[in-house]
Amino acid sequence: MSYFEVKNLVKKFGGLTAVNDVSFSIEKGKIFGLIGPNGSGKTTIFNCINHYYPLSGGKIYFKEKRIDKLPTYEICKLGIGRTFQIVKPLRRMTTLENVMSGAFLKTSNITKAKDKALEVLDFCDLFRHRHFPAKGLTIANKKRLEIARALATEPELLLLDEVAAGLNPKETETAMEIIQKIRSSGITILIVEHVMKVMMGISDRIMVINFGKEIARGTPQEIVNNQEVIKAYLGESYAQGK
Amino acid sequence: MLKKFWFLSIIIIIAIILPFIVQSSYYQHIFILILIWGTLGVAWNLLGGYTGQVSFGHAAFFGLGAYGAGLLAFHLHISPWWGMIVGPVAAVIISIPIGLICFRLRGPYFALAMLAVGEICRLIFTEWVPFTNGAMGILTLTTFSSKLPYYYIGLVVLLLSIYTVYRLMASRAGYYFVSIREDQDTAESLGIPTTKYKMYSLIPSAFFSGLAGAFYMNYMNYIEPSIVFSLPDVSIMIIMVVILGGVATLWGPVVGAIIYVVLSELFRSSLGSAHLLVFGVIVCLVIMYMPNGVMGEANKIKKLFRRKGTHIGSEMT
Repeated sequence: MSYFEVKNLVKKFGGLTAVNDVSFSIEKGKIFGLIGPNGSGKTTIFNCINHYYPLSGGKIYFKEKRIDKLPTYEICKLGIGRTFQIVKPLRRMTTLENVMSGAFLKTSNITKAKDKALEVLDFCDLFRHRHFPAKGLTIANKKRLEIARALATEPELLLLDEVAAGLNPKETETAMEIIQKIRSSGITILIVEHVMKVMMGISDRIMVINFGKEIARGTPQEIVNNQEVIKAYLGESYAQGK
Repeated sequence: MLKKFWFLSIIIIIAIILPFIVQSSYYQHIFILILIWGTLGVAWNLLGGYTGQVSFGHAAFFGLGAYGAGLLAFHLHISPWWGMIVGPVAAVIISIPIGLICFRLRGPYFALAMLAVGEICRLIFTEWVPFTNGAMGILTLTTFSSKLPYYYIGLVVLLLSIYTVYRLMASRAGYYFVSIREDQDTAESLGIPTTKYKMYSLIPSAFFSGLAGAFYMNYMNYIEPSIVFSLPDVSIMIIMVVILGGVATLWGPVVGAIIYVVLSELFRSSLGSAHLLVFGVIVCLVIMYMPNGVMGEANKIKKLFRRKGTHIGSEMT
């Protein structure tokens, strides 16, 4: 069995099937990309994985343990960290305190948590903002704070939800560097992203979904040449007209 | 840090020698009321201020504490001082099922459930006459003729509650409480069992409210349901006191309690029951101009005074 595996995931909101029978698995240490047009169900998959939503069907395994019935905090304790697409900073806490709240997962000692948080802040290039309240950070910094907070929990698998969305090219560059650094530290990554430059540059494998269903899967090169994908993103005429 | 230590030491020393400087028993009575309200405020603030779980019914815990002490004397004819143990424990026992049910939900459920619990307690203690003596209340005998012992017991209770909150907030639990207040989804995603930590916040809060109630019983020697379980005079007033002093600040509730008790004594003779109006106006002004309360805006207030005679650049540090 794979390191992380999603089997026949289904999520329905009333009559709407947001995720319809999606399966994939991730190898340890790899970066797995998930792309798809707006509303195709990417974030819903994330929310099912960390059990923010209960599943309508399917199973999720992490290190051979079934996790889809566990509460959110237990999933984090097992080693799955996540970021939020719509950033959710702990607004009235400082950047450092935000990250410390994550670091407390592995220690109850204040000094140790602080050291860990400072180390992570340095890693994510947020060190100089450590004493600012999180609500005052720029969007780029808030996105990095999401990563830093998740990293402070020392995850083995990190779910990154659009960490480069809304950033300028320079900031996107920094975000990519951070993701690469995270990978070289041995953390497995599941990433959702619209910025293709990021996805093509870092993913080992990519899965494309549309209307909650898988339409393609493969290496970045295979994906860019896939007719189904071009159709989903650019429309029928582009797929045929080339 | 050292400055803080000296500041704290001076406050405690002043608090200890205060009744020797002000010997009028009327003023000492006011000090004791401040101590009781301060304890209640500190207890509410742990749950409502730091953890963000607003309670509209802390009178339930206060009243249970008071009746815990009162009923011991009424039925078993033992000293109501035993209530200082029984009262808070009773409050904690009632708080646990409420928390376990309501904390699984988000939004206003806890606040509304507490509102209901407060009123339910008031009605039970009014109607269940054989057990509680109903609206006639419970009358006990005064233990001490002097106010001094009460003052020091009250002071110990208040300092104990402040110290407990201080220790909690300086630990992992404190960070978790504030995380839960700021964003529960984030807290869950960081591995924080939110229901459990809300309970960790509720239990000490209920305990110290109950302790304040038991002390109130021993000090006043008379309680009745409409006093100790009152929605406007206890449950809501605690919230006002904390808002005035500063939500989620360590000393805010004490400052709020001082302002509240002093104001209500000042205006009680001239305005009668309308004395609360003055307090209400002040709370409105504080919410408008100092939304974080007196202690929450302490730095702002300090700066106002400090600006004279210092360079602009000195604020950069």
